[in-house]
Amino acid sequence: MSEPVTGISRDDVVHLAGLARIDLSDAELDHLATELPAILEHVASVQEAAGDDVPAMSHPVPVDNVFREDVVRPSLAPEDALAAAPASDQQRFLVPKILGES
Amino acid sequence: MTTETLVPFDEALTRYDPVMGLEIHIELNTATKMFCGCPTEFGAEPNTQVCPVCLALPGALPVVNAKAVESAIRMGLALNCEIAEWCRFARKNYFYPDMPKNFQTSQYDEPIAFDGWVDVEVDGETFRIEIERAHMEDDTGKALHVGGSTGRIHGADFSLVDYNRAGIPLIEIVTRTIEVPPEKAPAVARAYVSYVRDLIGGLGVSDVRMDQGSLRADVNLSLKPKGSTVLGTRSETKNVNSFRSVERAVRFEISRHAGILDAGGKVVQETRHFQEDTGTTLPGREKSDADDYRYFPEPDLAPVSPSREWVEELRATLPEPPAVRRARLQADWGFSDLDMRDTIGAGALDLIVATVEAGTTPQAAKKWWLGEMARRANESGHDIDALGITPEQVAEIQGLIDAGRINDKLARSVFDGVIAGEGTAEEVVVARKLEVVSDDGALGAAVDRAIEGDPDAAQKIRGGNLGVAGALIGAVMKEMRGQADAGRVRELILEKLS
Repeated sequence: MSEPVTGISRDDVVHLAGLARIDLSDAELDHLATELPAILEHVASVQEAAGDDVPAMSHPVPVDNVFREDVVRPSLAPEDALAAAPASDQQRFLVPKILGES
Repeated sequence: MTTETLVPFDEALTRYDPVMGLEIHIELNTATKMFCGCPTEFGAEPNTQVCPVCLALPGALPVVNAKAVESAIRMGLALNCEIAEWCRFARKNYFYPDMPKNFQTSQYDEPIAFDGWVDVEVDGETFRIEIERAHMEDDTGKALHVGGSTGRIHGADFSLVDYNRAGIPLIEIVTRTIEVPPEKAPAVARAYVSYVRDLIGGLGVSDVRMDQGSLRADVNLSLKPKGSTVLGTRSETKNVNSFRSVERAVRFEISRHAGILDAGGKVVQETRHFQEDTGTTLPGREKSDADDYRYFPEPDLAPVSPSREWVEELRATLPEPPAVRRARLQADWGFSDLDMRDTIGAGALDLIVATVEAGTTPQAAKKWWLGEMARRANESGHDIDALGITPEQVAEIQGLIDAGRINDKLARSVFDGVIAGEGTAEEVVVARKLEVVSDDGALGAAVDRAIEGDPDAAQKIRGGNLGVAGALIGAVMKEMRGQADAGRVRELILEKLS
């Protein structure tokens, strides 16, 4: 899907943190900017093991077409669905306002 | 920015050429969701059609709905697409509370259908729209934005989310860039969406109701200066809820982009929300680059590899192609080319089909849908199939006319009543006292008064000049507020003056 990541800059970490909506301090950013490339490098060693003749897999077992019939099964009761919500109102999940958060 | 300068549409086209791309999301009418067995009923109480899978509770595992894959393949075939021999789902990662998973399960570089086309007609001219892809994904929940201006995204303080819709199967159909004669762009966009609605509706895989959101169109638009080959930055307009709005959204964005470019500004790549009441668009979130969605293959779902036998079986289930169907209907109905063009332009083809099936003649069905209903649609800004009247009701009203109980003029009042929810056509006729009067006692008295009131005309009729009878009939109709049986009135006049 995308080229293997070879390097990751501090700016990349800032951008990724923004996408993940994680608020990081300067110290954390500095730390991750050195730690993330090391992790990626470590993981990249897997790519050396697999030759060009081994296709990339997204699934450990080569199985296709696992389907379900279009038959209704019981849903949760709304009170159960909402039980773990930090806040709810009018039988709906209450969340902070959506736009203008960034 | 609310202070933006808009350049009038015609003027904008003297300097820029619009480049469009259209994305249509179609909600399938499967009984269950894309990856779980929750029902998909429209309008259910909030959060009553949810389960651990569609709420993304830890440990829940999705399983693909076979019927949704079948529908996707049939749609792909109807759009003249190739069907992938092997494809996967992918996670499209973004944080937005309408998606409890924090990603949408979609398809990325391996859509189930790709490289198709459709031909749409505008003013008798055919335009080929190329389809880049049609892929499977799941729908988001519905957020109700509270505070500020309630119901709108802008100015909301917090949001209330209902996940009944989250996980309903969606097929997204993406066109390649559409470049047509600039002045035709809005009409071609509308014609395309309308065409796809008819095409997919004919497959029976979706309700394709724009007003209920089972068909949603996003309009991507950019401008390039005349003579340039460099594409401009595009905006993506959502919340376009009717065919008419598709056309308006294209026009508005052309005017808006031209204003920005004329002033030497840069168009921001962003999502815009169409505003039905003003015909304008307002900014939504800034659009992420595809990279920012960090697509990756969905590890919880197995790949889909439809066998060629299955694809051919499904191809055999496709209804006749729209062009063939139109030609057949035109011949069956005896419509002229112009009638047919007007019918398609008004989006009334299927409505007339259904009205004829309910027992009305094609001519009468055409009269109501292209006349009365098209006018009401224009005036109200609704699409013609969202006026609150069904083909069966139109047929019932025409039946009352054929039986001599009401006339065309009174029928308009019956339509008003039926649309206002006053009951069946029959009930409205009774409640509003709309029945034509053919009782000789009442008519005879009115005829006598009309003769007294216009002795000159009466004299001419006695002298054999029947052409002036219309004046007396008109007087009677006026007195009886349009509810007289005109044929019987004429007979009475001639009897009395013979």
